[in-house]
Amino acid sequence: MSLDEYRKREFKQVGQRVRRPDGVDKVTGRAMYGADATAPGMLVGRVLRSPHAHARIRSIDTSAAAALPGVKAVLTGADLPVQEDAFVRDVQDNCMAREKALYDGHAVAAVAAVDAATAKAALKLIKVDYEVLPHVTDVDVAIKPGAPVVQAGRTLENVPAGMSENVTSHCEFGHGDPAAGFARADHVVERHFRTAATHQGYIEPHAALASVTSDGKAELWCCTQGQFFVRTLCAAIMGMEASQLRVTASEIGGGFGGKTTVFIEPVALALSRKAGRPVKIVMNRDEVFRATGPTVHTSMDVKIGMTKDGRITAAEAHLRYSGGAFPCGTVDMGAQAAFAAYDLENVRTYGWNVMTNRPKEASYRAPGAPQAIYAVESVLDELCQHFRLDPIDVRLKNAARKGTKSSYGPTFPDIGLVATLEAAKRHPHYTAPLKPGQGRGISCGFWFNFGGNSCVSLNINTDGTVGVTEGNPDIGGSRASISLMAAEELGIPYERVRTIVADTSSLGYNDVTDGSRVTFAVGLATIKAAREAIRVMCGRAARIWGIDAEAVEWKDGAAVPAGPNAGKFPPMSLAEIAAVSFETGGPIAGHHEVNVDGAGVSFGVHIVDVEVDRETGATKVLRYTVFQDAGKAVHPSYVEGQMQGGAVQGIGWALNEEYIYGPDGRLQNPGFLDYRVPVASDLPMIDTVILEIPNPGHPYGVRGVGETGIVPPLAAISNAVSRSAGIRLSELPMSPPRVLKALGA
Amino acid sequence: MVKVRLWGSLRQAAEGQTEVEVEARTFKELLDRLVETYPGLAPQIARGVSLSLDGVIYREAWFTEIRPESEVVLMPYMTGG
Amino acid sequence: MKSIPVSTTINGDACEFLCTPDETLLDALRNRLGMTGAKEGCGTGDCGACSVTLNGRLVCSCLVLGVEAEGAEITTIEGMADGDELHPLQRHFIDHAALQCGVCTPGILVAAKALLEKNPEPSDEEVRYWLAGNLCRCTGYDKIIRAVQAAAAEMRGA
Repeated sequence: MSLDEYRKREFKQVGQRVRRPDGVDKVTGRAMYGADATAPGMLVGRVLRSPHAHARIRSIDTSAAAALPGVKAVLTGADLPVQEDAFVRDVQDNCMAREKALYDGHAVAAVAAVDAATAKAALKLIKVDYEVLPHVTDVDVAIKPGAPVVQAGRTLENVPAGMSENVTSHCEFGHGDPAAGFARADHVVERHFRTAATHQGYIEPHAALASVTSDGKAELWCCTQGQFFVRTLCAAIMGMEASQLRVTASEIGGGFGGKTTVFIEPVALALSRKAGRPVKIVMNRDEVFRATGPTVHTSMDVKIGMTKDGRITAAEAHLRYSGGAFPCGTVDMGAQAAFAAYDLENVRTYGWNVMTNRPKEASYRAPGAPQAIYAVESVLDELCQHFRLDPIDVRLKNAARKGTKSSYGPTFPDIGLVATLEAAKRHPHYTAPLKPGQGRGISCGFWFNFGGNSCVSLNINTDGTVGVTEGNPDIGGSRASISLMAAEELGIPYERVRTIVADTSSLGYNDVTDGSRVTFAVGLATIKAAREAIRVMCGRAARIWGIDAEAVEWKDGAAVPAGPNAGKFPPMSLAEIAAVSFETGGPIAGHHEVNVDGAGVSFGVHIVDVEVDRETGATKVLRYTVFQDAGKAVHPSYVEGQMQGGAVQGIGWALNEEYIYGPDGRLQNPGFLDYRVPVASDLPMIDTVILEIPNPGHPYGVRGVGETGIVPPLAAISNAVSRSAGIRLSELPMSPPRVLKALGA
Repeated sequence: MVKVRLWGSLRQAAEGQTEVEVEARTFKELLDRLVETYPGLAPQIARGVSLSLDGVIYREAWFTEIRPESEVVLMPYMTGG
Repeated sequence: MKSIPVSTTINGDACEFLCTPDETLLDALRNRLGMTGAKEGCGTGDCGACSVTLNGRLVCSCLVLGVEAEGAEITTIEGMADGDELHPLQRHFIDHAALQCGVCTPGILVAAKALLEKNPEPSDEEVRYWLAGNLCRCTGYDKIIRAVQAAAAEMRGA
């Protein structure tokens, strides 16, 4: 739809703050999450994990465990096929080690037993003969030649010679001549940064219930962001046909990217196949921290040159990311996103992925972007301080806009950064007085947003209600948003639409709930499915009236004759057409299947006020405002919720959250007591300002909103700390000990 | 002919160029011609690439039409959270 | 391990179950009684997703043994609504979009109800400190605080 067409549209349902369809189930404890499922004769599965950061597995003796009464199956990596495809092989090897344990917590064996106590006892009886190997958990150490090699032979052709074998890939983006640009600058700042790995921290641990029967069929219930992708991976690992494996996504207790792959799902399936009974595995929190999730940890150098009036003349970044013990492409995303907010003549980013003896990285909200943008926005802020320039004015002066050649290549279409910055500048927060010792920071953020494969089936029920079947687990209220879009298009009240999430046997392939794609892409497919149903309904009305189908149009939830020449008939509502559908040709439905492109990029700007306690080193967040372009906010409350939740995850990343490894290569803080996520008493209200700069790639102008919000807090808080306490930290998190050290206390 | 902008690290696979020209009317043709003309690009294209066409990013879509005046940028295959 | 019979009252109903001496109240509720409203987020009392009340006191049921329920009065999320009439907290959580994934919601509702019974007119700061033991990773807490205050106001008849 063109922008003009979009602007003419008056929304009746979209934009309303309706009640979500899963609300009552979730406030009464009835909603069924991963760990809540049971099956007749179900066994308890448990996983044995490596205590070593890096060790060759010489042998595993499972005989005593298998002989324990009540144990029904024991599994090791030797029970699973060797995969040819590198991607599937890495996923499988992460689920169950072969040959080597690559990090503390890496699964090496599993059992299924009649109860948890027996399963636990059986794990103790498994004897693993480890040859402990030298390990490396730090990216700056692992990148050097001579570092312990995590996996040999994984280096891509694009890696320059002379680096450690841990370096698996290299990338470079940008244009212009940075050296010439830096020469023109009035001042150049170059800084080194490090960011800790963080965990998505979803409250619901991974859970899977698998039931494989002797005829080769299987059922899998699990908490996942993408049941179809789970099927793809598990079918490959199990050597099954996709049609024989039905995966049902439970309600999901948070994912943030961390539930876009499999960990225990294939293990539960393999145990069930061996035992001939259903097997349920539920991770505990220790396992979640040690063996799932985390983001990359990074080491970065950023250099920016600026004229004294605030124009950036050149920018350069070197990014070294480690995605743990397997090759990882996240640095590519970080390198593309780093300078995306700015219109730069000379820009270059270089990235390296480096393997370390840490868990395999899983996506986390805008994967790769928060780290690189933290470094860039920190250096930019230092330049603003140097020249005593207003940080929003400087960003406006350099902001990317329509027609800017982005730092990652393409020329931007309509984007909302300037409008977002202007909204931040106008907002009372930006000019509110600060008390002595308080500081205000700002940062921009960016994310690409994706579309992807989406199938929607929309059925018109004979009583005039509508069922929408879609295939993406609902994390943040997407069933409500999809129902709103169906209601809008059909012209019926929201309450008459019910949207459900289908299992893998009920619908075609849907990509994972990731990349901020669902409201955008599944929403688009829903609108197209509704239009298909409308076409059928107009056709039925035309037959009833005895006129041409082309002479009927859809208006306000009813078929009406199109213009005076079509004939005079009273409008026929959706309910009236549905009521006679059996007589007029049968049930009415619309469906749409598409690989959606045209996702619009999203920019955000955050303003934060902080106060640093010079005695304790603790940073208190006093006031926080998020500005973000949503394209069109389908359900404003849930758009705000994405912005607030992303901001608070970013606050945790900035101030507290980190994976801490000891010299033994073991994770020191695998629990919520020592891995501290923000709690209610840490925070102020998170104010939000939604901007609506329509995305031309969506019929209602929708852009994804889920990811951008986590990007700006890291630098915004660091910049605020700098202005509050006069210290410029270059390592995250800015935990009290680091702040105290910087204060020289 | 369509001009295709490559990202920096593909330069070594394309005879030192960051902008190459190939004859193509669709995304699929473009990828096939790139692999034929610059075999060094084959491993990256096999691993997956995205394509930006006049500022809009496509992750797959073989049959997407490319006009001679289109701005075409090759990008790594995008992943999200 | 030999199981022990436990007689207790849950949400006003007399209830008996068997559990082993080392079994948590959370596991007994979930696995023996099918009351899966309380969730295990950590098993170490850090996240509050398993919150219930035991003789009127807010507890993490993952840190209470099943046998400690003997003779006690327990309330869980399953007992918060009166039939199909939602408690004002439940209603305001839906109306204020105070939940996204919803897995922390049962624990937060149980904790918030316990707060309002002690302190019907808490300040925002009191709500935040009371709920500091209940982790929510989705919302950033903003809408949760607002929903609790809206429910408190309604319950005071304001």
